Amino acid sequence: MIEVQALKKHYQVHKRPPGVAAAIRSLFKRKYETVKAVDGIEFSIQPGERVGFLGPNGAGKTTTLKVLAGLLYASEGGVTVEGYVPQRRQPEFLKKIMLVMGQKQQLMWDLPPNETFELNRAIFEVPREVYTRRLKTLTELLELGDLTQKPTRQLSLGERMKCELAAALIHGPKVLFLDEPTIGLDVSMQVSMRDFIRRYNEQEGATLMLTSHYMDDVAALCPRVIVIDKGQLSFDGKLEDLVQKVRPEKQIRFRFSKPVPREAIEALGTVVSYEPAEAKIRLAYDRVNDSVGRALASLPVQDLNVENPPLEEVMSELFARSRAERAAASATGSKPELAA
Amino acid sequence: MSVFRQLRAIPTLMKVGFAEAVAYRGEMAVWVLATTMPFVMLSLWSAVAAGSPVVGTAKTWSSASFVGYFLAMFIVRQLIASWAAWEINFEVRQGTLSMRLLRPIHPIVSYAAANLAYMPMRLMVTMPVVIGLLLSSGGDTLPRDWRVWVLWCLSMLGGWAITFFVNVAIGALALFMESSTKLMDAWLAGFFIFSGYMFPLDLFPPWLKWASTWLPFRFQIGLPVELMTGVHSFEAGLGLLAQQWAWALLFMSVAIALWNTGVRRFQAFGG
Repeated sequence: MIEVQALKKHYQVHKRPPGVAAAIRSLFKRKYETVKAVDGIEFSIQPGERVGFLGPNGAGKTTTLKVLAGLLYASEGGVTVEGYVPQRRQPEFLKKIMLVMGQKQQLMWDLPPNETFELNRAIFEVPREVYTRRLKTLTELLELGDLTQKPTRQLSLGERMKCELAAALIHGPKVLFLDEPTIGLDVSMQVSMRDFIRRYNEQEGATLMLTSHYMDDVAALCPRVIVIDKGQLSFDGKLEDLVQKVRPEKQIRFRFSKPVPREAIEALGTVVSYEPAEAKIRLAYDRVNDSVGRALASLPVQDLNVENPPLEEVMSELFARSRAERAAASATGSKPELAA
Repeated sequence: MSVFRQLRAIPTLMKVGFAEAVAYRGEMAVWVLATTMPFVMLSLWSAVAAGSPVVGTAKTWSSASFVGYFLAMFIVRQLIASWAAWEINFEVRQGTLSMRLLRPIHPIVSYAAANLAYMPMRLMVTMPVVIGLLLSSGGDTLPRDWRVWVLWCLSMLGGWAITFFVNVAIGALALFMESSTKLMDAWLAGFFIFSGYMFPLDLFPPWLKWASTWLPFRFQIGLPVELMTGVHSFEAGLGLLAQQWAWALLFMSVAIALWNTGVRRFQAFGG
């Protein structure tokens, strides 16, 4: 279980303009600015949950994960993970968690991944038979084959990420923090990584917290999402509730066997795109059944597909709204309402 | 993880560290060539002594005594080396220290194991020099008292401990000041002058020689060389060894304190 209460993480950052004069001035006098990377967030995550932790760049996602993994000390607030205070970095705690960062690697660059696996086995004190069994499973699930015998530097990005994940899971962590695990991977590799992560969660009952800019990762893996922006939470709930709240509408894509005039489509909802044999409309949730019924009765529908609005658009709108709310709140001195 | 449990992981840490050390054969050859400073100094001082013997404060140095001294220096230098300060600086600045902190073993233990893992390779390089030393001196400069050899072994460990913990302490300062490699350069400047690396401390004027006994540099490398070349009796060596280990314990305490305080300030940049 993960418990976060009134968590704050503030940094002092040295700022200076470019140029030689500014560089010389900074030798004698420096200006520091406090960056509120995380500013009073609260949430809890139950064992075995899969939670997407979303936000724009610089929102505070990775900082929060690093606090939860014990890499950073909180400025204020309380955090417990599986009953441990992460910043104490007790060995029992470290054996239960792992943070996988898509942009950082634990594999030793000059050696084959097998050497890192063996090192982790010794450090995490995994019994030899458990290690052998787990490595066999990971090799099969991630289709590692003989990749683990080639020097890491000679592996492709996708191959390396698969080995990274194997190295991270060799001790069977019960809580997995994944920071952009599919960054830079091609589409098929992203799909296989998602499948693997989901299977690991289901088989091991592991708690999973994921950050990703790929909304497909979130849609495929996370029934619940927590959204953070400028260090503050702007949503915590089910993914479908988020979509409904921000964009309470659906999209219907039609394909027709014969050309249909635009006026006939406009009668069903707001037209997003139109061609005589294909169209897309947007409409409120409660009008979907009615519009589909009318279309099937009156138009030569060959195929139709009811979809949620793209998650990217939903997120973008949410970020815009929460920024506007914060600006309004700071103008009036009130606290912005958490949409949950 | 208890100290005992941490120690259990060390053989694997060292095995993997050794695999890393031999990963690049070409680099290994360059590294061997890059450790020739004692040979340069050997040629220089032997040439000087060939003209007329060099008078030190305790003895007169002939070409043969310089040969014995600098070959011993080469051996000791190889076996007490540490580069943890550069490693820590790199990892702090790149944020890769994060991956080390996520493992249930104290990072200082893993840096120590990684450095010690290079020992077998360094021994392979130093063995021909040991043979050369024996052949060139006929064993004359080596101590006859076996107890001095016991002190020598302990002084090698002490010299390595000082070097390693100074590296960790200076490396840990990167957690406070973002980069501390220049401090390591400053330390090395002191090391080159006061350790006996470039010339025997016996050649210093008396007041400077006295000053060097109160600095830690001599105990990094000078003391093991002095013991190896029969400068000290067992009794005198014992006193110097106690001083050396006092320095080692001091630097160990400073390194651990700086590390534990500094790691709270780690900002895990990058990623």
